[in-house]
Formats: sequence, structure tokens, C-alpha cells
Amino acid sequence: MSELTLFLIRIAFLAILWIFVLSAISVIRSDMFGARVPETARNGAPAPARKGKAPKAPRKPRRGAPTHLLVVEGENPGTRAELADAPLLIGRGSDAAIKLDDDYVSTRHARVAASGDEWFVEDLGSTNGTYVGPVRITQPTTIGPGVQVRVGKTILELRK
Amino acid sequence: MSQTGTLMGFVHRRRRGAELFLLVLALAVGIGAYAAVGLGVEGVVPADLVGYGSWLTALIVAAHITVRIVAPYADPVLLPLVAALNGLGLAVIRRLDLTYEALGQSDTFARQQLTWMTLGVILFIVTLVLLRDHRVLQRFTYTAGLLGILLLILPFLPVIGREINGARIWINVAGFSFQPGEVAKVLLVIAFAGYLVLHRDALALAGRRVVFIDLPRGRDLGPILAMFGVSMMILVLQNDLGSSLLFFGLFLTMLYVATERPGWLVVGGLLFGAGALAAYTFVGNVQNRFNFWLHPMDYYDASPGSYQLVEALFGQGWGGLIGRGFGNGFPERVPFAYSDFIVSTIGEELGLTAIMAIILCYGLIVERALRIALISRDGFGKLLAVGLGAIVALQVFVVIGGVTGLIPLTGLTTPFLSYGGSSLVANWVIVALLLRVSDQARRPAPRLDPVDEAGSDSESTQVVKLR
Repeated sequence: MSELTLFLIRIAFLAILWIFVLSAISVIRSDMFGARVPETARNGAPAPARKGKAPKAPRKPRRGAPTHLLVVEGENPGTRAELADAPLLIGRGSDAAIKLDDDYVSTRHARVAASGDEWFVEDLGSTNGTYVGPVRITQPTTIGPGVQVRVGKTILELRK
Repeated sequence: MSQTGTLMGFVHRRRRGAELFLLVLALAVGIGAYAAVGLGVEGVVPADLVGYGSWLTALIVAAHITVRIVAPYADPVLLPLVAALNGLGLAVIRRLDLTYEALGQSDTFARQQLTWMTLGVILFIVTLVLLRDHRVLQRFTYTAGLLGILLLILPFLPVIGREINGARIWINVAGFSFQPGEVAKVLLVIAFAGYLVLHRDALALAGRRVVFIDLPRGRDLGPILAMFGVSMMILVLQNDLGSSLLFFGLFLTMLYVATERPGWLVVGGLLFGAGALAAYTFVGNVQNRFNFWLHPMDYYDASPGSYQLVEALFGQGWGGLIGRGFGNGFPERVPFAYSDFIVSTIGEELGLTAIMAIILCYGLIVERALRIALISRDGFGKLLAVGLGAIVALQVFVVIGGVTGLIPLTGLTTPFLSYGGSSLVANWVIVALLLRVSDQARRPAPRLDPVDEAGSDSESTQVVKLR
């Protein structure tokens, strides 16, 4: 094999290597600057537009999917709410789906809602916070069946 | 926090098509390198190129399909970067095998590495399929920590422990040699992340200010002292400077990220300085490493000498900007060219151009890890991503810095490139964990309808008294 051919092979390989690295960088670049900005974020305020959409027909729940939210510990053990009525409001207020007589729970404390197949709990700016496991949540957090959600002195769980 | 779904101001796309495109390029790098090795060393395209290429392609496609199914929002760049580095590493090891074969030495490193890569990809797939939410790992904080420490102690056990090349970091089970420390580092990252996410407030807030630096309280020094002790134990008992540096650096990085306090870096830096000084004074090995680094030429003929490092430096110098080409260098002059010194082999035969591309690849892996940490929604995920990124960063810095003569040489493997089964498998698991965290982080947050605020009502709620 001639010297020139080997030289060309070497240059070609280095070129492939760099084309790969530069393409990776360009993918990262488009990932940063080419992402879609949702309407709500662009307008600054949360748009109430979603209200107009007709609610999706309730799908058949998957096997093993949780069906209800249950109070397992606290002032009102055994209180439950069906997840079919989601989103569920948790609090001391009369409009709450799970109404708790716990002095450490805010009137509108937290909310459990679905997105796709997953269930989320979201704190609604409560005084004492909402905990998933040992951690105080600051953003909507996924919960599965059996994960303990604590509001005030009450502990709730998703159950099958 | 009613509109946290748009925390970063935009929604991430899935980008699986971009990943596929990059994977095709990565395969071109891996298979192209293999073909170039055959052409350069033997003058013909290797006979098993089709078989080898299809095996590599099958592995990568399997990994890609798994990501598509179980982690559709995962980062699109990580897997291709890793695939390219692994493919290039395999080709370079194959190139060394061909020379070793001609010299009559053992020549099955590439074959074994391919087996280990297969195992690594299988574990990658298993991790992604079984672990659907990384927060599950938080439950195993102390289990992971205990298991990690146990794995580090394992090589000292009489029957299974092995000492290879002066470092007692191996175990031998049923004919297989394995470095448990490689698995331990993943477990320790999980343990640190779980521990720090719970105790960060105590570590971050308490303390007193001395001059300009907030120094932590004495009683909070426990974990850092314990980790320092473990690192020193590794250094003194296992005679392994690299791992000791890796574990302590990893802990310090995560502590700093968790608490945002430079005070910890000061404390850690002082501890590390003291430890390094003690090691320099009392451990002969460390003193040798420093001497070889400062005056490599003086110890060329000594035993133990700097022969390996000097040959590596010669090789890289001879390689120059674009290298000698596969088959035209003499990387076999460097002992362990296929493992710790693989970077010097690449420097000799592909030159600075390739070295820069490789370092850039590692840089991108670390950048993606930090990016995942930034956009992750939970503290545990953030710390996990930072820790996993720090492992790669520290390892690359220590190894490439050592081989190029920037810092004293310590034995660590170059992630994904060098020959070494335990390290390769552990690194594939690291990538799987990073992809899992990034899938959670980039998945659009649930769009929960805003609640209409019905009057203020918080007066009647009692505030929980802390303490």
C-alpha cells in the first residue's frame, strides 16, 4: 500500500472523527436554541386557554394503575377520593375533594392531577408545604401507588 | 409555583432522530477506525470487518431502540458520544493486538473488550428498563453507601483478593478478574446524592465566618472526615493514588454543589493537601510518581523508573499534529499501551487532532451531565447527574493529565477507551443513569390547570414550628 493512500486514509479518518464531534455540537446547539417555546411562557402569564378544550373521554384504566387516593394517617384516616374525578384538591376548604380537619393543612393545600399515565402532586402555595417521602416538593412531582404524600400531619397515598 | 411546567421557558423535544443520525456517524468512526487499522497494519481490509461491524451496529441499535421505548425524552448526544469513544477504543486495542501478535505476546484484548462492551450494553439496557424513575434510588442511600464501602474492602479478603501490578484493587471469582472499585464509585455517587439532598441545609447554613470564608461547624465535619479517611485508606492500603483522588474529589464536588459554599472546598483542599503531603513523605510510591513527573528523563533507566512515561511522551511527540497513521508508530514500546496509556497510542498514530477530538467528546459528556443537573426538577436528580459527570471529568483529567505530563501519573482507566472490563461496564451503567435522569428532566412538566385563587385563607392555618 502506497504512502499516499495511507496518508489519505488517515486524513479521511480524522475528518470523520471531527465531523462526528461537530455534528454532536450542532445537535446540542439546536437543542438549546431551537426548542419550542410554549404560548403560556411567551405571554408571561398562564393562559386559561386549556379550559375551552373538551375533556378527553375517560380512558380505560390500565391494569395496576391506581384508582383512588386514601388518607392513611392523620385526623381523618380512611377518607378517600376516586381518581376518576381528578384533579383532586386536598385541603381544609369545603371545596376540597379530600377535606381534612388538620390544623397544619392550608385551605387549598395541594392538588393531585394526571398527565398522561402518570399522577402528579402539586403544592398550591401552602403554609407548611407538601412532602413526597422525606422531601418538600417545589414543583409538580410524580407519585406512584404507595408513595407517601404528607400534608400537615396527614399522610396520603395512591392506592390500586 | 403554579406554572412550573415552563420553568426553563421552553419545552424539550425528543430528538430521537438526531440521536440516530449521530449514532450512524459514531458507527462510522468505530468501524472506519477498525478498517483503517487493518489497512494500516496489514495492508488489507480486515476479513472480519462485516462481522465486527454488524456486531457493533447490533449493540448500538439495541441501545438506541431501548432509549426510544423507555426513555423517549433522554438526552440525544450522550449515547452517540459514548458509542464513538467505545468504537474508537476497540479499534485502537485491536491495532495493538496485531502488533502483540507479531511479537508473540498475548493478543486477545480486543476480543475480550468486545465481550465486555456487550455486557456493558446489556447492563445499560437492563438499567434503563428496570429503573423507570431515578428517585427510587434515593431509598437505597445508606444501602448503596454500605455496599460501596464493602466493595472497596473486598480486594483485601484473603481468598478472592488479588494484587496485580502493585495495586490491590482486584478480586478473582471463578476465573474472572474484576475491579469492585469501579462499581463502588457508582454506588457512592448514589449514596452521596441521597445523603446530601437530605442534609444540605445543615451543611449549608450552619457555620461561622472567618475572614472572608464561611467555615462549616465542627460537628458537620463528620461526613467529610469519614470520606477523607476512606480515601486515605485506599491510598495507603491499596496503593492506588488515582482512585483515592477520584473518590475524595467526587465527594468534595458534590458537597460543594449541594451547599454552594466555597468553605467546604477550603476545608477539603486543606485536608487533601495534608493527605498528599503525608503520602508524599511516607509512601515511597507517591514520591516516585512526583519525581518521574518533575524529572522524567533522569529516571529513564531506573527501576522503578519513568520508562513508560518517557516512551509515551516520545510517542506523542513523534505523532505530532496528525499522527503517523495506524501501523506506522511504535506504541508497543509503552507498557500497558492498551489500558492506562491508550491516549498516548492515539496521540502517536492519530496525532493531536484526534486527541483534541477525544477530549472534546469527554468535555461534551460532562457538559451534558451538568446540563441535565441544571434542568432536573428534583434535588436528588441534580446531585446524581453532577456526581456522575464529576466521575467522568475527574477520571479523564487524572489520566490524560498524567499521560501528557501535566500532573503526576496515577493509574486510572480512560472511560470507554481503555481496555478494562469492570470500568467499561460501570461506565455504561453511568450513562444509563444519566439518560434516565435526563429523560425525567426533559419530559414536559405536567400541564395542570391553574387554580383560581379563592380568597386568602392562610390565617387560620397553624405554622409548623421547626424545633
